[in-house]
Amino acid sequence: MLAKIYITLKKDVLDPQGSVIANSLRSLGFNNIEDVRQGKFIEVKLNTENKETANKQLKEMCEKLLANLVIEDYKVEID
Amino acid sequence: MKSHVIVFPGSNCDRDVAVAIKNISGHQPQMVWHKETSINQSDLVVVPGGFSYGDYLRCGAMASTSPIMQDVAKKAKEGVPVLGICNGFQILIESGLLDGALMRNSSLSFICRDILIKAINQNSVFTKNTNVAKMPIAHNEGNFFVTSEQLKKIQDNDQIAFQYCDENGNVSEDSNPNGSLENIAGILNENKNVLGMMPHPERAAEMAHGCEDGKTIFESVLN
Repeated sequence: MLAKIYITLKKDVLDPQGSVIANSLRSLGFNNIEDVRQGKFIEVKLNTENKETANKQLKEMCEKLLANLVIEDYKVEID
Repeated sequence: MKSHVIVFPGSNCDRDVAVAIKNISGHQPQMVWHKETSINQSDLVVVPGGFSYGDYLRCGAMASTSPIMQDVAKKAKEGVPVLGICNGFQILIESGLLDGALMRNSSLSFICRDILIKAINQNSVFTKNTNVAKMPIAHNEGNFFVTSEQLKKIQDNDQIAFQYCDENGNVSEDSNPNGSLENIAGILNENKNVLGMMPHPERAAEMAHGCEDGKTIFESVLN
């Protein structure tokens, strides 16, 4: 089973890298950029087919290590 | 007097800390490889600066899961002074021993220069001899952040150890090198026996460094 984990900065946390990327995109001529937020994407392969167990474990992985809940949110998708 | 310096793959300030401790206390600290599972009786545990695990995932995140950190957490709980400097501060935060997060500097640049800090809590075992002090910072992720609830908690409980300031001790936006919330350069845990700080006192610990303001932190905790 393949899990896809998206880690993003919380809405109220400033993302200076996102702002710089937004400016670079504008300078390339993409004039309709409203905002850019940068995050992380992690794939985790699990050797289980039990979605419930996997979801529980992935939540724990995110909260214990993969995301820093002070500044980041996470979203887990299972294929 | 027994002190310990934890060494992770990628630590690079461990020996500087050991030299500072030896010069100031006369005692040689014991270097402890991160794969060890316990530290003997200790009067000071230092988690030094560097780039543990190449800053993978988030600075300090990998090191926080090293076997030795369970015993560091146990020692911290028992009241043993634990000092985290720079990457060591990041590791203590990632281990949950200190509140908050250290994000990328607001300038998006690595900053390596002398700065001034002011001790806000002057009663802790680390900060009781420090007022305004000059020492270097050298980091890319030192931009301290906490939620507004956590900030209120650390303010109310006198957990702010240091704030970046100017030469007159004024805490101003101009003296904030990295965008840290409230100019915070270092914080203490609730019991005040764990200190995390971004500036490097071990790099300002003898006149050969150009400044020895950092000595007071080691002196107060080692004596």
